[in-house]
Amino acid sequence: MEIYPHQLLFNKDTQWNLDGGSVVGVADIERYRLPGHEKANELVFVNGRFDLNLSKFISPGLQVLALENASEHSELIEKHFGHSAEYLKDGMHALNTALMQGGAFVYVPAGVELAHPVYVYHVTDARAHDALALPRSLVFVGKNAQLQWVENFVTLGSGSSLTNQVTEVVVDTDARFYHYKLQQDSKEASLVSSTHIRQIGKSFAYAVTISLDGHIVRNNTHMVMEAEYCESHMYGIYLLQGKTHVDNHTIVDNVKPNCYSNELYKGVIGDEATGVFNGKIFVRQDAQKTNAYQSNKNILLSEGASMNTKPQLEIFADDVKCSHGCTIGRLDEEGLFYLQSRGIPEKQAKSLLLHGFTSDILEKIQLDPIREYAEESIHRRLEML
Amino acid sequence: MLKIENLQAGIEGKQILKGINLDIKPGEVHAIMGPNGSGKSTLASVLAGRENYEVTGGSVTFDGKDLLELAPEERAGEGLFLAFQYPVEIPGLSTTNFIKTAVNEVRKYRGQEALDAVGFLKYMKEKMAMMNMDQSLLSRPLNEGFSGGEKKRNEIFQMAMLEPKLSILDETDSGLDIDAIRIVSNGVNKLRGKNNSVLVITHYQRLLDYIVPDFVHVLYKGRIVKSGTKELALELEERGYDFIKNEVNVGEEA
Repeated sequence: MEIYPHQLLFNKDTQWNLDGGSVVGVADIERYRLPGHEKANELVFVNGRFDLNLSKFISPGLQVLALENASEHSELIEKHFGHSAEYLKDGMHALNTALMQGGAFVYVPAGVELAHPVYVYHVTDARAHDALALPRSLVFVGKNAQLQWVENFVTLGSGSSLTNQVTEVVVDTDARFYHYKLQQDSKEASLVSSTHIRQIGKSFAYAVTISLDGHIVRNNTHMVMEAEYCESHMYGIYLLQGKTHVDNHTIVDNVKPNCYSNELYKGVIGDEATGVFNGKIFVRQDAQKTNAYQSNKNILLSEGASMNTKPQLEIFADDVKCSHGCTIGRLDEEGLFYLQSRGIPEKQAKSLLLHGFTSDILEKIQLDPIREYAEESIHRRLEML
Repeated sequence: MLKIENLQAGIEGKQILKGINLDIKPGEVHAIMGPNGSGKSTLASVLAGRENYEVTGGSVTFDGKDLLELAPEERAGEGLFLAFQYPVEIPGLSTTNFIKTAVNEVRKYRGQEALDAVGFLKYMKEKMAMMNMDQSLLSRPLNEGFSGGEKKRNEIFQMAMLEPKLSILDETDSGLDIDAIRIVSNGVNKLRGKNNSVLVITHYQRLLDYIVPDFVHVLYKGRIVKSGTKELALELEERGYDFIKNEVNVGEEA
């Protein structure tokens, strides 16, 4: 059974608090700052509101504005804000759009290649009350610009929280957009994280999602290639334990001809955790010569763990190269015996096999401090098995 | 060194080994030959501790210890090494990292200090030179995309690195051409010494041209039905397994 966060939201016993006067200071979030933050721009949302005081911008050219103060970009905003609704016709998305307050507009002007990444912290304060946060961003990466975007989700306190986030990204001609999402929030934190990337010119988009913890996590990751010769990559890894539920819904939409996309998600699921992968590739009638690949591989570590996967292709063109596939299995017993027969104890042998399984996704993280951080987090997790 | 007495074992309720007796002393090379389905690989698996095999009777002592009581990694620590017939491909795990982990775990078991990065590299370089092992193979993921010959060379290289007392070669010649057999055999011969022993399991005599055994045993229907010296292997090559089968079957009828 899939559990949707809206079932939590409308639980009448829960007092949800929408930005009820919480105060979050620098000290509260200090320990959640990611490695490499000294050389990063930092964009902080508190309970869904862009917090300029907690944020820090060091890259020349980068513009980050509150959506309501971004009138100089009103034309762009009008054109692109809300375009993800065509793909996300659900209540959670509508709720974000209806109730969001204090969203951010991020603008990377044409030709600006940001040397430093932008670290985005979605801080939800559940110290005094259960909390609901609705962060919203619109990101525009101009012609021949480059942006590395790292998102981290943090819940403060022990209350329940629901973060229902929407980020819309527009990537213009010859621009490059790299997106890394890290999810290892508290066991009481639920998250709906929608990232909708729209490539409006020949461009490059890249997304890696790492999910390690949380209560219920739903990722909607979309790449819409609206121009010819776009390239997009989408990777993910989820290492789940306890009763965590992680759901990755992805869409790759090939609208125009000659685009390339590669998608690989891998999961290791233990205890009574559950995972969902629902990957969809559209190849529109006009999108001849599309190359699109999709794969989802899973290892179940326990009897109680479960995984539902649905790789899907919908092809309306007739001259394309596409593949999709999925596997769900247990840890390779022959491999385990092989390592043990070389003197490696069982526990460590399992950990080595799983490291091997996850390594190709980790290698996709091109930002060194973030890759090392993810490697360490995964290493710690595998040591706990 | 290894003493097998009346060993009986099987898999999924089917008995395959029906009373094996074998005594291997330090420095000796024994060969076990036999037709398909005679139980050769089962014997190797039981000795190395493969989980799904069930021992139903008999005993195996290795340097005075009850081998069957030990986990596979403990057997390796005690100095047993199995060169796999089908080495396993493990994507994402670098061969060097794997060997380093194995060497240090085995050292830990033997009460030796772990090698640091520099010490390990030095040790590995020595063994690489000795075994004519190529660096490029060691930087690749373990066995992934290796040819048959490369996999077997990697097995023998691991054997050199772990310095076992007893090495079991399970059909190491299967699927190899004559050049690869020669390379692998040379490696094994370099590791022979008066304190370590080898048990060669093979279907064909040709491997024994290169790894010359002190004793040859013929396994058939789960029992060792004939033992002799290396001449027995030549006789088998010449006459085939049928004459053994006939002798055994006649014996059973009587």
